[in-house]
Amino acid sequence: MSAPTAFLLQLALALVLAPLLPGIINRVKAMVAGRHGKPLLQTYYDLARLLGKGEVISRTTTWTFAAAPGVSLAAALCALALLPLGGVPSPLAFGGDFLLAAYLLGMGRFAVMLAALDTGSSFEGMGASREAAFSALGEPALFLAFLTLTSLSLDLGRGVADAGLDVRAAFSLSALFNGDMAAFWQAGRPELLLAPAVFFALLLAENCRIPVDDPTTHLELTMIHEVMVLDHSGPNLAMIVYGAALKLWFFAALVAGLLVPPLPLWEHAALSVLAVLGIGVAVGVVESAMARLRLTRVPHFLGVAAALAALALILTQAR
Amino acid sequence: MLEALILLPLVAGLLMLAVGNAGFCRVLLPVTGAGHVCLSLAIVAAVAGGAHPAALGGLLAPDALGALFLVLASLLFFAASIYAVGYLREEEAIEVRTCIHDGRPFTNAPERRFTACLCFFLAAMSLVTTTPHLGALWVGIEATTLSSAPLIYFHRHRRSLEATWKYLIICSVGIALALLGNILLSVAFYAPGGAGELPVLADDIDSLGWFVAHAGAAAPPWLKAAFIFLLVGYGTKMGLAPLHNWLPDAHSQAPSLVSALLSGALLNCALLGILRGHQILLAAGLGDFSGGLLVFFGILSLLTAAIFIVGQGHYKRLLAYSSVEHMGILSLGIGLGGIAVEGALLHSVCHSLTKCLLFLLSGNILARYHTYSSYDVRGLRWTMPATGALWTAGFLAVAGSPPFGIFVSELIILKGMLAEGAWLVAALYLGALAVIFVGMSVAVLRMVQGTRPLDMPARLRSRREPLWSILPPLALAVAVLALGLWVPDWLWRFLETGARLIGG
Amino acid sequence: MITLTSLFSTILFLLLLNNLLLLGAPGIAPLIRLTAFQGILLAVLLLGMDHALLACAIFGIKGALLPGLLERTRRRLATTDEPRPRLHLGAGVFTGILGLVFSLWLETRLPILPHLFPPLLLPTALTTLFCGLILVVGRATAISQVIGYLVAENGIFLLGAPLMAAGAIWFELALLLDIFVAVFVMGNAIGHIGETFDSIDTGRFRSLRD
Repeated sequence: MSAPTAFLLQLALALVLAPLLPGIINRVKAMVAGRHGKPLLQTYYDLARLLGKGEVISRTTTWTFAAAPGVSLAAALCALALLPLGGVPSPLAFGGDFLLAAYLLGMGRFAVMLAALDTGSSFEGMGASREAAFSALGEPALFLAFLTLTSLSLDLGRGVADAGLDVRAAFSLSALFNGDMAAFWQAGRPELLLAPAVFFALLLAENCRIPVDDPTTHLELTMIHEVMVLDHSGPNLAMIVYGAALKLWFFAALVAGLLVPPLPLWEHAALSVLAVLGIGVAVGVVESAMARLRLTRVPHFLGVAAALAALALILTQAR
Repeated sequence: MLEALILLPLVAGLLMLAVGNAGFCRVLLPVTGAGHVCLSLAIVAAVAGGAHPAALGGLLAPDALGALFLVLASLLFFAASIYAVGYLREEEAIEVRTCIHDGRPFTNAPERRFTACLCFFLAAMSLVTTTPHLGALWVGIEATTLSSAPLIYFHRHRRSLEATWKYLIICSVGIALALLGNILLSVAFYAPGGAGELPVLADDIDSLGWFVAHAGAAAPPWLKAAFIFLLVGYGTKMGLAPLHNWLPDAHSQAPSLVSALLSGALLNCALLGILRGHQILLAAGLGDFSGGLLVFFGILSLLTAAIFIVGQGHYKRLLAYSSVEHMGILSLGIGLGGIAVEGALLHSVCHSLTKCLLFLLSGNILARYHTYSSYDVRGLRWTMPATGALWTAGFLAVAGSPPFGIFVSELIILKGMLAEGAWLVAALYLGALAVIFVGMSVAVLRMVQGTRPLDMPARLRSRREPLWSILPPLALAVAVLALGLWVPDWLWRFLETGARLIGG
Repeated sequence: MITLTSLFSTILFLLLLNNLLLLGAPGIAPLIRLTAFQGILLAVLLLGMDHALLACAIFGIKGALLPGLLERTRRRLATTDEPRPRLHLGAGVFTGILGLVFSLWLETRLPILPHLFPPLLLPTALTTLFCGLILVVGRATAISQVIGYLVAENGIFLLGAPLMAAGAIWFELALLLDIFVAVFVMGNAIGHIGETFDSIDTGRFRSLRD
C-alpha cells in the first residue's frame, strides 16, 4: 500500500474515532467516582441529535457568529492533516509546519472567541477573555517544547543532507513525531520524557480540562470554554463539538507520537491509536484526581509547563 | 599528648552536661583552661624545638602556624574562663533581667550548657589548629560554628536570637562553600590519564603535606577556583568584607567573654583555613594570584571597617568592626609576602590579646552602665578607675599607637609594603588606620572622660570593681605592652618559622 | 537493560527536576518532602558508585532523619505557608534555570578531566548548589533557609561523590555528622524563633543593623 493511501486511511480512522475520546474521559471519570456514567458513544449520539435540529440565532449577532463553527472545525481538520499518523509522514508536510498547525488551532480559537464577543453577552465576553489569556500563556511552553524537538532533530544530523539544509526533513511535524524521539528516551535520555509531559499539560489547558477548566461545570461565572458556545445550537454546535474532539485528538496524537517507538507500519498505527485512547484514560484519571485550580493559579500551572520545556531544551543542548 | 588537647575540653564539657552543678562547672572551667594552656605550651615548645609531634595516624600534626594559633586560643580561653567564673556568679545574682534595647524580660540559657559549649568550642578550635588534614579542618571549623552558636544565645532575647540565626545561616552556608573549595582542590590534583583511577590513594591524601609536595602537578585553573571558594568560605567566617555582615551582630549580642573568644581566637582559626589554601597555591607557583586576592579583600575590609567605625555609637559593634579591620590587615600582610608576613603573624598575636582585653572590659562596662551606647557611658575614670585605665590602654593598643605591640606589627607590615613598592596599598592602609584612630578615639575618650554620672544609682556608682573582672584584662594588657617594647628572640624565631610556610 | 550510565543520567535528571520543583514549591511541607526525595536520590547515586555504607548513611540522615526533624519542627510550630517569599517564585525558578545554563557553560570552559565526572554531574551539582543559595536568599521563613542550606550542601556533596576514596570514609561520615548537628542546632534555633517571635519569618529580623 502506498504511503498516501495509508495516511488517508488513518486520517479517516482518526476522524471517525475522535468523538470517542470525550466519551472515554467521561466514562473513566464516572467509573473512578463509582458511577456507571454516560455511554461511551454519547458524543456520537449528541452529534447526530444536533445535526437533526434547527437553530436559533440571536438577532444581535452578525456573520462572524455564523462563520465561527465552520472556521474552527476546518482549522482543527487541517491541523490534524499535518500530523504524521502511525509513522506515515503527512503528504502535506513541509519544514516548519508545526507553526502552521499551532496557528491553525489558534485561528479556530480566535473565531470562537470572536463569535462569543459577537453575541454581546457579558458572560461570553468573560469566557473569551479568559480563553485568550490562557492560550497566550500556554504558547511559550508549546513553542519551547517544539524547539526542543527540532534542536534534537538537528543534532541527529537529519537536516544536513549533503550541503544544503533539508528543512522539511528536520523541521516538519512528520519528522518530529514519527517515533524516532521515542527511541531516544528509551536509550537513557530521560529528559526527553519532559516533552510529552509538557504536551500533556498543554492538552489539559487547550482542551479546557481540569485543572484549568471544568467542562462539566454548571455555573456560567466559572466556565471558560463552555460559556463561549452557549448561544450556538443545532448543526453549528455540532461542528464546535466535533472540532473540539478533533483538537483533543490532535494533542493526544502529539503525546503519542513521542511515546510510541518506531515499528512496522500497521503495528505502529495500531499502537498509536491505542496510545491516543490510553491518553484519554489518563486525562480521565487526572480529572478525577485533581481539583480545578483557582483562576489565578492557572498561570502557575502553565508556567511550570514552560519551565519544564525550558529544562528539556537546555538539557538536550547540553549533550 | 595531642589527643589530650581535644579530649580534655571534650570530656570536661560532657562532665559539665552530666553533673550540671553550677559550682562544679565554675571550678572545672578554669581548670580545663589551665590544663589546656599547659598542654598547648608543651606542644608549642616541641614544635619550636624542631620536633614534629603527630598523633592519630597523622590526623593531628601541628606545624608552626597551627601551634601559634593553638596557643593563642588556649591562652585566651584561660583568661576568659577566669573572667567567666565571676561573670556567671554575677549573672546568677541578677533577679530580673530585661533586654537593654526594648526592656522585655528574658531568661538565660542553662549555665551548664553554656560552660559545656565553651569547652566544646575549645575542643573544636584545638582540632582546627592541630590538624593538617583539610577535611578535618573543615569539620573543625563547622564544629566551632555549631558550638559557639548556643553561646551567642546565652541571653535569650530577640536580638541575640536574631544574631545567632544570622551567624548560623551565613557561616554555615559560607563554610559549605569552603567544602566546595576542598573538593575542587582534590579535582585539581586528579591526574588525567590515570585510567579513571585517582592517582595515589595513600593515607595522607587530603593532607596539607601531600598537597604541597605534589602542587607542581596540579591543574592551575582548578587550583585557582579552589582557592577562591576557600577564601569566600572561610573568609565569611573570618569576617572579611563584604561577607562580614553577621560579625558585628554576633559579636555585639554575645556575652562579652564569648565575644572575646570569637574575636580573639575564632577569627584566627578561620584565617588558618585560608592560609592552608595559600600555602598550596604558593607551592604550585600561584602565590601571586592568591596573594593578590588576599590583598584586595584585606584593603576592602580595612576600608569597610573605617567607614562603619566612624560615628559608631554602639561600643561593642565598634570593637567588632575593629576586628574586621584587623582581619583585613592580617590578610593584607600575608598577601603581600616578604617581611609583611612575619608582621602579620605578630599582628595576629597582638590583636588577639588586645581584642580579648577590650571585649572583657566592655563586659564590665555593660554590667555597670547597662547600655550599649557610647553616648550614655561617661565618667568611666570616676566610676570604674581600673576598667577606665585599661580601656584607654586597650584603645591605644588596638588603634596601633606606641608603645603597644600592634604598633610594632603594623609598622613591620608597612615596611613590607614599602619594600614591595606597593605605594597605593600603603597609602590606603595609612589613611584607613588614621580614620579608624580618630573614629575610635572619639567614642572611647567620650566614655572615659566626662563628669560623674550622677543619675546612676548610688549602689552602682560606689561599687568597687571585683578582682576577677580586672585581673585577666590586666594580664593581657601587660602582655601587649611587653610585646610592643620587646619581642623575645624565641618568639620572633617561631614567627619566622611560621612565616616561612606562607611565603615569608 | 538499564546500564549504569543510564541509571546515573536518570538520577541526575531527576535531581535537576527536583531542584526546579524546590524553587517552585510554594509551601514548607512540599519543600521538606522534596528535600527528602533529594536525599534518597543521592543515596541511590552513591549505591551505583559502590559506596554502600555511605549510601545507607545518606539515606538514613538526608533521606529520613533530617526531613523528619524539619517536619517535626514545622508541625510543632504549626506554620502555614510561606508568608511571602522575598523573591517571587517564578523569578526563583527562572534564576535556577539561568544557574543551570551558567553551569553548563562553565563545564565547557573548564579543562576536561576524563573519567572523573560522569556526564552532566558537574552541572547538576552546581545547579543544586545555586538552587540552595536561591532558597536561602529568596525565602522568608527560617525552615526554608535551612532547607536551602541542606540543598546547597547536597550539591557540594554530589560534586565530591566521584572523588570519594574508599579509605577516607571516616571523613564523609564526619561530614554527615556535622551536617546533622548543624540542622539539629538550626532546628533548635527555629523552635526558639517560633516561640519568641510568634512566627518564623526571618523578614522580621530587622533590629540589628547599622
